[in-house]
Amino acid sequence: MAFDPNNLMQDRITDIGPPKYDKFFPPIVKDNFGKWKYHEILEPGVLVHVSETGAELYTVRIGAARLISIDLIREVCDLADKYCGGYLRWTTRNNIEFLVSDKSKLQPLIDDLRSRGNWFPIGGTGNSITNIVHTQGWAHCHTPAIDASGVVKAVMDELFEYFGSHKLPAQVRIALACCLNMCGAVHCSDIAILGVHRKPPFIEHDRVQNVCEIPLVVAACPTAAIKPKKVGELKSIEINNNRCMFCGNCYTMCPALPLADGEGDGIALWVGGKVSNVLSTPMFSKLAVPYIPNEPPRWPATVNTIKKIVEEYAAGGRRYERVGDWINRIGWERFFEKTGLQFQHEHIDDYRLAMMTWRTTTQFKF
Amino acid sequence: MALKHATPLIDELEKGPWPSFVSDVKRMAPKNPMCEDWLGVMELSYKEKEGHWKHGGIVGVLGYGGGIIGRYCDRPDLFPAIAHFHTVRINQPASKYYTTEVLRKLCDLWEPRGSGLTNMHGSTGDIVLLGTTTDNLEPLFYELTHELGMDLGGSGSNMRTPEGCLGMSRCEWACINTQDIIYDLTMEYQDALHRPMFPYKFKFKSSGCPCDCVAAIARSDCSIIGTWRDKIRIDQESVRAYAAGELTPHAGAGGTEKRKFDINAEVINLCPTKCMEWDGKNLKIWDEDCTRCMHCIRVMPRALRPGVDTGATILVGAKAPILEGAQMSSVVIPFIKMEPPYEEFKEFVEKMWDWWMENGKNRERLGETIQRLTLREFLKATDLTPDPRMVNTPRFNPYIFYDPAEVPGGWEHDAAAFRQRHQA
Repeated sequence: MAFDPNNLMQDRITDIGPPKYDKFFPPIVKDNFGKWKYHEILEPGVLVHVSETGAELYTVRIGAARLISIDLIREVCDLADKYCGGYLRWTTRNNIEFLVSDKSKLQPLIDDLRSRGNWFPIGGTGNSITNIVHTQGWAHCHTPAIDASGVVKAVMDELFEYFGSHKLPAQVRIALACCLNMCGAVHCSDIAILGVHRKPPFIEHDRVQNVCEIPLVVAACPTAAIKPKKVGELKSIEINNNRCMFCGNCYTMCPALPLADGEGDGIALWVGGKVSNVLSTPMFSKLAVPYIPNEPPRWPATVNTIKKIVEEYAAGGRRYERVGDWINRIGWERFFEKTGLQFQHEHIDDYRLAMMTWRTTTQFKF
Repeated sequence: MALKHATPLIDELEKGPWPSFVSDVKRMAPKNPMCEDWLGVMELSYKEKEGHWKHGGIVGVLGYGGGIIGRYCDRPDLFPAIAHFHTVRINQPASKYYTTEVLRKLCDLWEPRGSGLTNMHGSTGDIVLLGTTTDNLEPLFYELTHELGMDLGGSGSNMRTPEGCLGMSRCEWACINTQDIIYDLTMEYQDALHRPMFPYKFKFKSSGCPCDCVAAIARSDCSIIGTWRDKIRIDQESVRAYAAGELTPHAGAGGTEKRKFDINAEVINLCPTKCMEWDGKNLKIWDEDCTRCMHCIRVMPRALRPGVDTGATILVGAKAPILEGAQMSSVVIPFIKMEPPYEEFKEFVEKMWDWWMENGKNRERLGETIQRLTLREFLKATDLTPDPRMVNTPRFNPYIFYDPAEVPGGWEHDAAAFRQRHQA
């Protein structure tokens, strides 16, 4: 039966969940599920997985924007039809993987991808800088301090040589979140790009009582900086600006408290986080640069600072050391020295549990 | 063909070797006015350095409390085609395998009903359709369920769309069937996924091994991470082959050439627990000292494999900073077998949710509730026994909340008897 706008309940299907995970497996994956024996990266972006049955699955990984059109998806489908029997997948970092079970089609696929300008760069494996995971930014979000897609594009353009090579000591995971809410959690990344606001919200007293639940706004503030206040006849709130740490949570609860500001907003950079348990345990990213102004369209200061950090790490990191491992070995004093980044008062934690980060030993380097 | 809005600033993002989303959307613009106006609003943001989207209103499909996020442009006067520009989240097939057939159907379905723009994928894992109007939502949902056999993902204070690594489908290190676990949880808890019932969002993520490719430990309220508790499997022949430079170390991740491989320098001396020894012929591992960091397995994948007594470590409470600061997940179940139908695990989940729903404040993530009410209360509510694997170190402050039930006479003093022993 076709959809009937006047009878939504007719023939309605709900709560069917996603298609079962194996529904779109290529036959070779169905046949070798749980039987994979080892894998090898044949060249950057090209992997082979070998099964106990002897079967070999080839994967070609390409970088893609997170924001892509149906035209692009259809083009990717054309390629997958031609070389992969119609099978492909996406990775958690917005890369696309072509799954090739017929080895004779591997090189033709690679050649075809390379012939299509900058649409389908091959890489993102091993000790590379793979795709940047990111949030919506100015493309589609109501709380961003920065754009997302454009910053990512500018940074990846500059770091492109590291996407298609394995010349770093270990993999470098970069992530971007366009505000502190971090819908793309970036707080455990080798390098995190974070949008920050620096002006407390302004209060539109004539709108607050109409568009906001005042008790929820008051409760939303982590530092208890917001109190209810009557302004003339209007029920509103007041904000102790000295306690604001610009999280934007009150704005999420109340649209009458805008805090975005083209000149106030910008980028903070964080370094040395990781999620994997390999060698060292997972680590949070720590502040490297508290503020860089928004510089659309190409964000040169952000791009150059990240490049400098990557180059110092590439030169000084030992094999298998992630950015955080490298910094832990050389010490933060050396990190700031080598990168030329300025250490300033923002780097010294003054939020809860701040003292856990202060140096309580005479061991440090001059 | 000239587009409606001049976009000199974002045109700069068409240059360079990385794929350009601007070029992609520009290609769409002549046939879709939403894309045209979207390019216009992006250009305006690039000029003013501020976003132009308003808070979501309440939009959705009948009977669901999530999956659609309302989005409105704050300059509908300039960009009427995107005045309403809602997001639709579609629950992706676990670990994102597709056939071109299903992708083409999805594109065909989306083309007439919205901007034709997507995120493949959103941060939580959903397929994201960016930009449609309220009147398109019900027909879109109808077609999605009838023609694609797909359903909406989570948003708001729901269980969010669970996500796993690709696990056993293409990885030799998967200690658990992450895809089945994720599919099973998603199906079992459809109601929690589609109808808000929690204090705030709740995320499950599952990685097949401690490498944690889906970053479960950093971003899921409940992280299910594959592990093993027996011995690393060793193929001594292959270890010798690595030592002799006959195999490419690290599976080619650090350079694809075969090279001489110093096992002592690159494996034994880097092992965090120093539980290995190499005498030039045989590799010996004291597995009881191994903390399963995966390094030796990663650099000699053809020689070493995880053990066979596999299961998962369950950790809870990870989240991004808002509100009380970022947290990683903490161990609450060091080891649990994860075999279908995962009953023991689900019993734990339901106890955890009951406690959180009872005690959590509005917009308080599980990790924050645990921080406020203590891990001890969480363990009590979920019938778990304290274990040294749950902490990095025992406490170093002396402020213990003793339980009166464990003190003779509880908290009562005999004041008269005390004063008989001690003059005031």
